[in-house]
Amino acid sequence: MADETYPDDLRYHPEHDWARIEGDEATFGITWFAQDALGEVVFYEPPAIGASASKDEAYTEVESVKAVSDVYAPLSGEILAVNQAAADKPELLNEDPYGQGWLVRVKLSDPSEADELMDADAYRAMLAEDGG
Amino acid sequence: MATAALKRTPLYEAHRAAGAGLVPFAGWQMPVQYEGVRAEHLAVRSSCGVFDVSHMGEVETSGPQAEELLQRLLSNDLSKLDVGGAQYSVLCREDGGILDDLFTYRLAKERYLTITNAANHERDFAWFSEHASDFEAEVTDAIADYAMLAVQGPEARAIVAQLADGALPPRMHTATLGVVGAEMLVCGTGYTGEDGVELLMAAERAVDVWEAVTGGGAHPAGLAARDTLRLEVCFHLYGNDMDERRNPIEAGLGWCCVEETGFIGADAVAAARERGTDEKLAPFVLTGPGIPRQGNAVVVGGEEMGVVTSGTLSPSLDVGIGMAYVAAELAEPGTEIEIDVRGKPRAARIESKPLYRKEG
Repeated sequence: MADETYPDDLRYHPEHDWARIEGDEATFGITWFAQDALGEVVFYEPPAIGASASKDEAYTEVESVKAVSDVYAPLSGEILAVNQAAADKPELLNEDPYGQGWLVRVKLSDPSEADELMDADAYRAMLAEDGG
Repeated sequence: MATAALKRTPLYEAHRAAGAGLVPFAGWQMPVQYEGVRAEHLAVRSSCGVFDVSHMGEVETSGPQAEELLQRLLSNDLSKLDVGGAQYSVLCREDGGILDDLFTYRLAKERYLTITNAANHERDFAWFSEHASDFEAEVTDAIADYAMLAVQGPEARAIVAQLADGALPPRMHTATLGVVGAEMLVCGTGYTGEDGVELLMAAERAVDVWEAVTGGGAHPAGLAARDTLRLEVCFHLYGNDMDERRNPIEAGLGWCCVEETGFIGADAVAAARERGTDEKLAPFVLTGPGIPRQGNAVVVGGEEMGVVTSGTLSPSLDVGIGMAYVAAELAEPGTEIEIDVRGKPRAARIESKPLYRKEG
């Protein structure tokens, strides 16, 4: 499993999701904290390409042996691409949550929503406050 | 329930030191996993795992009519249980509803030890006590007397044998042996489908035995792996796969019911056996992607025809597996069904027990 990190170039949602924003597109995934809390991810079925994701709402699920977890969209938009490699090898979410374990790529409908997300320092502070 | 109210086993600190995630379970704070459920599960299948199951309860029944009392309470035929033997049975209400499933060990001619599920222990003990007054027998709550470790897997016996001062009992038998220098009850039983033993010892012995067994090569294994292991071999979990609303026939436990003994509930069980039941518990395997979960509906031809009582990803088979109560006519192996997993239909097929078989 990867070491605990929260890269500075990402934006963070309080439900433990990250967004890598590039212009009016973004890549989403789950944070190190999320994958650690979930344990070994054993099942991920990507959403349909073309489906819409709404900020603060679940857009997909990831499963461990014992539990199902909703994955929340940090931003709103239309899903342009999904990570089929993560569906085939869900342990990528544990091994490389910010790289090969990405989940979806999204065309943002309102890039200004990003202002509501946390930077890495704020997210780390939130985890520390939660006793994480 | 407040965390402060949770009971701890004698191994609580050992679990923390081993990096366990500890969760509330039936009033106890129990290790759910250590290195990870899949690794622990596969360790038990390929080598050996050790589980702290000290949350399980014990009821001792003794006296000249101990056998008669247990024959009245338990579904199996107690007259077939010899000293040093082990027997599985269910505890039923008069209407056949299952109150618990139990292992009973005959320690001496007039002395038995019955292992209860943690969540049912107090109710079971009250039930035993209530009926004991009709017999020359004494029922004692022995939960405080024992810690319990299950050492399971193909290497389990070799690991325990090195620590014991005598031969281990065969499967479904018991022996009182010195293990790591203290006398304890060694039972050839388990809940994983693997060979192995369960050790019942005084609480203050638990840490030494745990350390000796793990030092001998047993992997600490948590309740999560215990659950996936038992489900692969279709052992029932009380509260999931059966409860007071189900009788042993529909639960597929008719094999441990001997109605001729006249146990409480025997008439209802005999009637269910003769007439058949509307539903039956059946194991199934997903034939495509997905993981079934408790409470998912079983769907056939667009109609809801049952409910999943246990479901998981099988670490050994790497597919979704489970057990479900389905309409009796669907319970035949080979029947194609669908499981409604949170709105997604997942193709599945009824299989025969067990879902996992050892190779060779």
